[in-house]
Amino acid sequence: MFPLLQLDGVGVRLGGRQVLSDVSFTVGKGEFAAIIGPNGAGKTTLIRVILGLRPTSAGRVIKGVNGAGAGRVGYVPQKIVIDSDIPLRAWDVVALGLDGHKLGFPFPSRRRREQVEQALQDVGALGYADARVGELSGGEQQRVLIAHALVSRPQLLLLDEPLANLDLRSEQEIVTLLGKLAREHEIAVLLSAHDMNPLLPVMDRIIYVANGKVATGSTDEVVTSEGLTRLYGHPVDVLRVRGRVVVVAGD
Amino acid sequence: MLTSGPVLTAFLIGAIAATTSGVIGVFSVLRTQSFAGHSLADIATTGGAGAFLVGVNQFWGFLVAGLAAATAMEAIGVQRRRDRDIATGVVLGGALGIAALFLYLGTQHTSRTGASFSILFGSIFVVAPDTVPAIIAAGVVAVATVAVLSRRLLLTAVAPELARARGVSVRLTGIIFLAALAVVVSLSAVAIGAVLSTALLVGPAATALRVTRSPGKAVLVSAVTGLAATWTGIALAYESYYWPPAGHGWPVSFFVVALVLVAYLLSYARKPRRMPPRSPHEEAAECSPA
Repeated sequence: MFPLLQLDGVGVRLGGRQVLSDVSFTVGKGEFAAIIGPNGAGKTTLIRVILGLRPTSAGRVIKGVNGAGAGRVGYVPQKIVIDSDIPLRAWDVVALGLDGHKLGFPFPSRRRREQVEQALQDVGALGYADARVGELSGGEQQRVLIAHALVSRPQLLLLDEPLANLDLRSEQEIVTLLGKLAREHEIAVLLSAHDMNPLLPVMDRIIYVANGKVATGSTDEVVTSEGLTRLYGHPVDVLRVRGRVVVVAGD
Repeated sequence: MLTSGPVLTAFLIGAIAATTSGVIGVFSVLRTQSFAGHSLADIATTGGAGAFLVGVNQFWGFLVAGLAAATAMEAIGVQRRRDRDIATGVVLGGALGIAALFLYLGTQHTSRTGASFSILFGSIFVVAPDTVPAIIAAGVVAVATVAVLSRRLLLTAVAPELARARGVSVRLTGIIFLAALAVVVSLSAVAIGAVLSTALLVGPAATALRVTRSPGKAVLVSAVTGLAATWTGIALAYESYYWPPAGHGWPVSFFVVALVLVAYLLSYARKPRRMPPRSPHEEAAECSPA
């Protein structure tokens, strides 16, 4: 499998403090990977490093096959609140994903319209393409933002806490959608979340962040009492209850 | 009415001020920078008063002070919501205080008592013909700048983080926009006065945002609303010369601002397109595969 994203011994210093060290993992084509960890563990920092918005103090980040197509990363930031009075339809937000960074006016073309409609269809948002995006529900807005990230046909989709602030049903729908994008469109999906449970059915690889370090592998390999105790540096118990995983501080 | 030179100039300047304010107003409301527009107007007042004191055309005073204020605001971050309260009290109050001093000294000096009124509330019937080309050029440059940046401004309005991830310098975009805003506020200050220019900037834009859904239409409706209010205002002001008290025309700015307010209130009469809140049951039914 070709790695679309490869981190090699990445370290990050913030204000003189080492927040992440020796982070290494790869995400391949069609793979679903999740960065899991407690709040403040450095999940967002890691995503910003991958986007190139934060410098590393050590190691390297390689995007694309042999560095090719490095720019083709779709990104959904965390906690976007779109005001209801913003005069943008869902359609407009997706179109901005195609060419929102460019200057001047977009040249309206059939190809452009088809690309936008295809992205809306891929996420199941075609039905409200004409609605003001600020008036959509949280789950619907999240779909539109995923379409915004998808429309430029990225090889890697990066999502920062896409399940935060969603009700249970929307959360499940978004997980199913992202799983489908990874399988059917062969996009590498990398997202961050503080709870791994909604992701267990679709996740191929877990990148567990705690205490400035990461442990990666399959859930069964990484999420064990011994493994997480070593990562956290203090006793941790991993309990499996009816298919769910609970991580609690041990004695 | 249309045979008088000053009146024709008034219609022309009014059209430029109204359409540029309408266009840029939509973006400033989108970016929650209406207040920045108002701050620029307050500081432009000081510039206008200073220009009057030294005997230069007010437009140049508005423009120089507005651009200087835009630079300073970017540097100290006045346009950010949290810093606004402090800036309002200290900087803007101070700017208007200096404007008061300039106007006082200026009127003492030249015995032109109408100057205070024209700087604060506009002087569209007495625009010096030699500034007209400069006003047109400034308007064209400001609107062209915003047109070129329009997609980046919209992307930043959705989320600055999205723009940054696409390699857009959010800061630079903000500085350029603020400069264009300062230019437009200066134009508007000539038309309806420095302290009322915010009304032309925010009113038509707010009206348009209530009745349209796409950015292109919002800009169009905003510009047309501003233009209609301004031209009707000028015509009414001209006619008001025959209204009581006879022989004293009513100010243009009063009519323009009143009409903008009427347009905004009328936009509430239109039924909002907001979708009714749906019950979880309906949502579930919609999501299940057909």
